[in-house]
Amino acid sequence: MAAVQGSLVEEKDIKTEPSNDGGGNNNANDGRVLSTSPGSSASSGSNKSTTGAPEDQQTLLAVLQFLRKNNLTESVEILRREAGLPEDSLDPKGGDSSGAGSGSAAGGVDLEGVDASSLLSRVTVSSSAAAQAPNKAEDQPDVNVVLSAYSQQGDPALYEVYYSGLKKFIESVLDCHRAELSQVFYPLFVHMYLELVYNNHENEAKAFFEKFSGDQECYYEDDLRVLSSLTKKEHMRGNETLLDFRTSKFVLRISRDSYQLLKRHLQERQNNQIWNIIQEHLYIDIFDGMPRSKSQIDAMSGSLAGEAKREANKAKVYYGLLKEPEIELPLDDEDEEAENEEGKPKKKKPKKDSMGSKSKKQDPNAPSQTRIPLPELKDSDKLDKIMYMKEATKRIRLGPDNLPSICFYTFLNAYQGLTAVDFTDDSSLIAGGFADSTVRVWSVTPKKLRRVKSAADLNLIDKESDDVLERIMDEKTASESKILYGHSGPVYGISFSPDRNYLLSSSEDGTIRLWSLQTFTCLVGYKGHNYPVWDTQFSPHGYYFISGGHDRVARLWATDHYQPLRMFSGHLADVTCTRFHPNSNYVVTGSSDRTIRLWDVLSGNCVRIFTGHKGPIHALAFSPNGKFLASGATDGRVLLWDIGHGLMFGELKGHTDTIYSLRFSRDGEILASGSMDNTVRLWDATKAFDDLETDDFTAATGHIHLQDNSQELLLGTYMSKSTPVIHLHFTRRNLLLAAGAYNP
Amino acid sequence: MADREERRFAEVSRDSVKLVAESAGVELADDVAALLAEDVCYRLREATQSSSQFMRHAKRRKLTVEDFNRALRWSNVETICGYGAQDALPFRSVKEGELFFIEDRDINLVELALATNIPKGCAETMVRVNVSYLDGKGNLEPQGTVPTAVQSLSDDLLKYYQQITRAILGEDPHLMKVALLDLRSNSKIAALLPYFVYVISGVKSVSHDLEQLNRLLHMVKSLVQNPYLYLGSYVRSLVSSVMYCILEPLAASINPLNDHWTLRDYAALLLSHIFWTHGDLVSGLYHQILLSLQKVLSDPVRPLCSHYGAVVGLHALGWKAVERVLFPHLPAYWANLQAVLDDYSVSNAQVKADGHKVYGAILVAVERLLKMKALCLSQPAEGGPSSQPGSVVGAMGYRVSSPGLSPPPEPLSEAALGIASHLQAGGAGCPWEEWTPVPLPAMYCELYSFFGDSLAVRFSTGPGFGSYPACTPAQPGDARKEPPGLTSNPDTTRKMPQLTANLNISPRQDGSPRTDPPPPSLAATGSGRSLARSSSSSSSSSSSSSVQRSRSSSSRSGQRSAGLSRDVFPKARFTSPQTGPPAFSFLIGGRQMGRRCQGRRPFQTTFAPTPSIPTIPPRAYAHKLPVIGRVGKPVRRWACSHYSLHLPL
Repeated sequence: MAAVQGSLVEEKDIKTEPSNDGGGNNNANDGRVLSTSPGSSASSGSNKSTTGAPEDQQTLLAVLQFLRKNNLTESVEILRREAGLPEDSLDPKGGDSSGAGSGSAAGGVDLEGVDASSLLSRVTVSSSAAAQAPNKAEDQPDVNVVLSAYSQQGDPALYEVYYSGLKKFIESVLDCHRAELSQVFYPLFVHMYLELVYNNHENEAKAFFEKFSGDQECYYEDDLRVLSSLTKKEHMRGNETLLDFRTSKFVLRISRDSYQLLKRHLQERQNNQIWNIIQEHLYIDIFDGMPRSKSQIDAMSGSLAGEAKREANKAKVYYGLLKEPEIELPLDDEDEEAENEEGKPKKKKPKKDSMGSKSKKQDPNAPSQTRIPLPELKDSDKLDKIMYMKEATKRIRLGPDNLPSICFYTFLNAYQGLTAVDFTDDSSLIAGGFADSTVRVWSVTPKKLRRVKSAADLNLIDKESDDVLERIMDEKTASESKILYGHSGPVYGISFSPDRNYLLSSSEDGTIRLWSLQTFTCLVGYKGHNYPVWDTQFSPHGYYFISGGHDRVARLWATDHYQPLRMFSGHLADVTCTRFHPNSNYVVTGSSDRTIRLWDVLSGNCVRIFTGHKGPIHALAFSPNGKFLASGATDGRVLLWDIGHGLMFGELKGHTDTIYSLRFSRDGEILASGSMDNTVRLWDATKAFDDLETDDFTAATGHIHLQDNSQELLLGTYMSKSTPVIHLHFTRRNLLLAAGAYNP
Repeated sequence: MADREERRFAEVSRDSVKLVAESAGVELADDVAALLAEDVCYRLREATQSSSQFMRHAKRRKLTVEDFNRALRWSNVETICGYGAQDALPFRSVKEGELFFIEDRDINLVELALATNIPKGCAETMVRVNVSYLDGKGNLEPQGTVPTAVQSLSDDLLKYYQQITRAILGEDPHLMKVALLDLRSNSKIAALLPYFVYVISGVKSVSHDLEQLNRLLHMVKSLVQNPYLYLGSYVRSLVSSVMYCILEPLAASINPLNDHWTLRDYAALLLSHIFWTHGDLVSGLYHQILLSLQKVLSDPVRPLCSHYGAVVGLHALGWKAVERVLFPHLPAYWANLQAVLDDYSVSNAQVKADGHKVYGAILVAVERLLKMKALCLSQPAEGGPSSQPGSVVGAMGYRVSSPGLSPPPEPLSEAALGIASHLQAGGAGCPWEEWTPVPLPAMYCELYSFFGDSLAVRFSTGPGFGSYPACTPAQPGDARKEPPGLTSNPDTTRKMPQLTANLNISPRQDGSPRTDPPPPSLAATGSGRSLARSSSSSSSSSSSSSVQRSRSSSSRSGQRSAGLSRDVFPKARFTSPQTGPPAFSFLIGGRQMGRRCQGRRPFQTTFAPTPSIPTIPPRAYAHKLPVIGRVGKPVRRWACSHYSLHLPL
């Protein structure tokens, strides 16, 4: 595993060096998780910077070992020469590599300085903490290394004694420490159980499980179910959940006092078995100050690998919005006329000025305009922006006393199974992805969908005419809806491009397809995820898109590259949903490992890890100002996060089933959540944000007290007619659109 | 621990593994099989777990075969074919051995290929929008209605819809017939169903117009009979429209000249038809219908025509419904009805006439209840030894009330549809759980106490043969025999006094086929009283100072079983046209074995069981039933009947 990770780090270092724009395609070929193409991976650049620290050297060795194992002798030779290592340096250290690579190595590369324009042409692979290759075939050699840590034999009969001894101790400590120390139970329990299983003590393992599984927190129930079905050493091989648990250290946050207490106890008792597990498999994040209460701990725990380390959320995030491009806002002819008639033509002018000056102010928290290259605005985009602004002036201000109207778009006769829905930003089109591999697009307005005429017909039209853009459209085949065929598996994710010219769809067949909404044909099939792709979304500025799937990697793509530009790996389970930050500089991914990660598009680093959900995350939404994030999971709860501080600040309870859709109103006052329980709920986001600001956030501990104010924040619950709500959308005027398929 | 394990997971036993191995021609040792079995279990669980994420991402709650196959495919295992059907696959068990299997029926491919009714694909997937909540408040459209955007249909359908509705609601009866006929057989109107249902729900706005109501009901009937339509949850809406016609005090019923009774009868029969053919589409429908009928019945404020509707509704739903709802309600209801019937003032004439209607309807209902109850009691004994004169019919009551015996199966078509399942679906808190069947004898006496001889008439023996040609008493195999040992049952020691009276009266009643029996109020005051008295005094020990009490006490013996001797109502209503009248009939012969009445002459009763469900109501019934107590129309048969009693004074 570590060897794999090492190779990632190495490769990235190498790739970032050259800044020639020409080699895009060549580099793109190398952008795999595991570089199996020998020649180019180590061919250029130098990596002196990484050979300095002993840890890095170890990493290098691991890489070399890996390359050798795969018979890539040439690469080995080159890399060794580059690193300046002696020829025999590789041989002695065999199993060491398993301990290497604690994660900080990946973050060491600073891409800030690199000329941004070269970014697009370069394909880099980044990894964060415990990078994992999804490639199962190549996992196998490492599995033994990973599991071998369990081979140390203890007396299997004593495991119960150890565990119950610790349990007794923790139950006897002072109340304030008990909650904190109780966190140890679950990881200890799992590791001890796995040790028993690994060492073929099947019956002891079963007995151990029977005896103590009931003590674990209820939110680990799903994991325990997986665990309980696993009773043989052979089963451990190839079980991803297990490998994840092994390779990543379970993170606990414990106050110094409590930790001392635990340490003293274990040392006094000479309880080496437990101490070893804690040392090896647990990462205890010690903080100074008051121990946390049970509710504080419960709010943050629940993920597959414990809480996020505090330093994982320390990086600066530029969550501000990009400055809106200055567009000459031509006065609307109609409006102008109307106002002229009314005799107040001057009112418009100051308004426009104020808007312009507002947008000129640079948000201190915003990334620089050119931090990542964004596509230039086309004329049509500018027109659309103007439309947007016009609509925005007619927007209804929502609030607790002024709730939005809800329109429900019901998919009828969707017997084949509706799996994904998206609206265009201007709410003119709606698209549905279906389990029968089709994508269907409907026009919501009376305007029918027209495709461009065939080439033969296009030859016939008069290209000089003024309405040539009208003439190229085929009026005969115009219809309310179009069906896009191409996928070979259920379509799980769907996203319109902001300019409404393209549509993305991701499918179980492992591909993402880009469709043209001019011709209603498939333009590109992006292959990279070799497993089902659960979600995809266009960047708010177009051009880029993000996808995430069963291979536990999120990928950043550009529409004109058939290989991903970035790969975000770090999740320990499927990436279930992916969203772009409004400023396009960050992406957020939710996973079935019950964590949410925020990734920097520029560097590829993971800059935030949010834990607290107790089930796979299926919905994410950024607030329009980019400061906050809302997430919904199968546990039916919505959690609110402050991105800047990296903290949870709200928990919205009310839904009784998986939340599949979240959306903030255009001004961010209202959060709408749609769920499998056939309801749409509206939440007072303003109040939730205000409550946050009164808290003292400078407290470095970051321990939050969540008050249970879900009922105060809940503004309304709206039932559908036995239709699960799988998509929500606020129109530009703040009308709420909901969509789902009617299930009779 | 082993059984704990079993509770948690599905287990594949080592025997199964061995069996599979054998079928593949491999011999497995026990330990190998055990290991394999365990591994198979683990792999199964693993696949199940990974299949669940396909379900989650498809945003479903139900795990499908497809999900599981996907999980298998991604773990490089061959998928399992042949289980993709939408319908649930029922497990069948083999009686010998604990073997369960899924029925794999043979399909005649030739027939399928040459079939003329080619199934059409389901309707096109489409998106509909409706404003559900305006300013976050309220549903603009109440549940169950249909968006009014008819124009979103294809042009052809729209035209069809307009033509059909115009034809049905229009003036031309011939056109209506054609339209209804097409509605009954057209296979392409699935998309229009919501609109038709919506049109039908307009009954509430035309409650003044009997003609329109009738037409709408005919429309319901046609829709229900259309074999290509899947009514789904629209059944609920249709039922509510039909129930409206049955139960509501329609504006049309203000005018006594309007024959809204026919409408109610027709609607009731339609209700039962919907229920028996589509009742399975909506769970708890039966229970809901019963509840609303019960509510109406128990509401004294409601006009009598509503009560009449409730009674005919219950009657149409089958005798079980009558037994469960109407019968327990009767004592409470009776007082009200009697008050109406006893009022001879001129101002009450109209109400009283209505009261007689209700009375007649109740009578019909309870008679069939008695008959069916008796019939289903006797059915278990079918095929037993041939009847023996001297066996005691009264033991039937014993049979019902004996707790150890399971209740008799419901006869014929009722059994297939399973009322019981609907009652279970009815949910908690309903009175059904506490409900215990009243034994037939007790029921009979109670009913007798209300109806007196007018009820007993229906049990007469002699005319039964004559008036019902379908039943031939020459099937002794059907007759039942009661072991004489049961006669020690205390119930049987009491004698049925009214039997003699029956015999006396029935010929006269039979002579006037369209008569209604004298109402009990009259019976108690007039000629009926003397009859009852004479009959009760003939054998009973109790005093007859109170007619009611004397009856209830004296007539407790339970040999009452139903006979279909009555031809006041055309018998066609009890015969289903499809099945035809069943040819069996049976004979109950017996001798009163009560201590007091030993040596009474043996008597015989002939049953002519007929299918209980009027699946398609003959029109004749619907039109003739309301004859009872009809005052608004010229009465033709008064001369030869007791109708003089009904004349407004």
